[in-house]
Amino acid sequence: MTETLRGKTAVVGIGESGLGKSPGWDPMELMGSAVTRALDDAGLELADIDGLCTSSFYHYFPTLSAAEYLGLRPKWSSADSIGGPSFMNHLIHAAAAIDAGLCNNVLICYGSHARSSRNLNGNIETPEFEKAYHYQVPISGYALAASRHMHEYGTTRQQMAEVAVSARKWGQLTPGAFARDPLTVEDVLASRMVQSPLSALDCCLMTDGATAMIVSRADRARDTRQSPIYFLGGAAAIWHREISQMEDLTVTPASESGPRAFQMAGIGLEDVDVVELYDAFTINTILFLEDLGFCKKGEGGAFVSDGRIAPGGRLPVNTNGGGLSYGHPNMYGSLCMTEAIKQLRGGQGERQVDDAQIAVAHGNGACLSAQVTTVFGTAATL
Amino acid sequence: MDIVDVAQGEVGPIAEFWSFLREGRFMIQRSASTGACVFYPRIMIPGTGESDLEWVEAAGRATVYANTMVPRPEEHGGAYSLALVDLEEGPRMLTRIEGIAPEDIRIGMDVVARVERLREDPEDAQPVVVFYPENR
Repeated sequence: MTETLRGKTAVVGIGESGLGKSPGWDPMELMGSAVTRALDDAGLELADIDGLCTSSFYHYFPTLSAAEYLGLRPKWSSADSIGGPSFMNHLIHAAAAIDAGLCNNVLICYGSHARSSRNLNGNIETPEFEKAYHYQVPISGYALAASRHMHEYGTTRQQMAEVAVSARKWGQLTPGAFARDPLTVEDVLASRMVQSPLSALDCCLMTDGATAMIVSRADRARDTRQSPIYFLGGAAAIWHREISQMEDLTVTPASESGPRAFQMAGIGLEDVDVVELYDAFTINTILFLEDLGFCKKGEGGAFVSDGRIAPGGRLPVNTNGGGLSYGHPNMYGSLCMTEAIKQLRGGQGERQVDDAQIAVAHGNGACLSAQVTTVFGTAATL
Repeated sequence: MDIVDVAQGEVGPIAEFWSFLREGRFMIQRSASTGACVFYPRIMIPGTGESDLEWVEAAGRATVYANTMVPRPEEHGGAYSLALVDLEEGPRMLTRIEGIAPEDIRIGMDVVARVERLREDPEDAQPVVVFYPENR
């Protein structure tokens, strides 16, 4: 793939709402609140939106429900439903649709009341040949993947705990992060075993929350309220539904989506200033750092140790605290992107990465099933 | 690619598989032309599309590829394993390892299949394929 969509579109508005506990709020209400914030951020009105993307655990026709709720009549929509990275894929599709002239301003939005409703899986089914064994979606699959990585590469629970500790240190610097208490490797190891080898603190948070993002044609983006952050490249890799059908549990589709996205963006790993990864479980961060190429396969455990991905470390990863400490409203992918945008806009206080020009936001869906990598840049990177 | 027709009066391969298990038989599908086996049951070999599938008795020998233990209170049957095993015929399947404490299961361990219902399931439950450590 060539640099076909590089710099053709930009994110002009973002919004987050209700992250954490929002009892009594419906997913559409949370989403609507985030949309108002994103429109205000961009200086746009509902009437400016002519494209709509969303995904949901609770609404079978998510774009229809969202269009009705917001009173939009989009001429283009996409409800690609691949779990956490749905929103990254929406962005790629939106960039292509805008480039093709199908629409001009696409709203990508999402809302969930996972924590308050205690309905974590919504409409998601457990596949038949897993359900028969009382398999638990999704944690069983990640526990199996972690067991295999530990077996093949000697990765340890301590190394996985380092991921949670680094995320917490970032979360402590982030206004609105849900989990902010001090956390040590020992705390993670001592927490309740949920499914070996994953303990409770190896698992992401379960919060309510909503996000919204507005993507516009680059030539229109220059007139909006915020500095536009450009979409430089993105790519998906879709492999399976459940982990029993994954060929090698230590190699995820990120090994394909990453290189394809970086090629479209025209960048190398050395150009990346900040990395936002979907850390549903601590093993994910290790797997994706390997598969995206930040370290060699099998060396992820050592890579995340000694504070390398924590504040002050060599590679800033999950600079808001990630799904482990910032928030995780069922699908975290859109929050990877909003944090990437915030870092590139600058002014994020204590957690701001110095001179951040290029950010990677990488999403993971279902059980290492679908991976989508996106690359963003400031105007200076065009 | 060959067309696969739906034969009226017959059931699909998934229903056939469960039916074999109710007879105590662990059957898997094999392509007559390539010898490749597939699990879970399908109408063709995924990715390559061969549809000349025939049912063969699985040898029932496998190796543990990945393993997790699910804690559960004793009154609900106690902790259990969920494992991915690689069948001698090639395919991988999710299963449980029985006859051994879940914490003693090791990746790479050789296991053999039995068709039985899960220990916590009611007596009229659908039997499934579980595995036991070899030589036990």
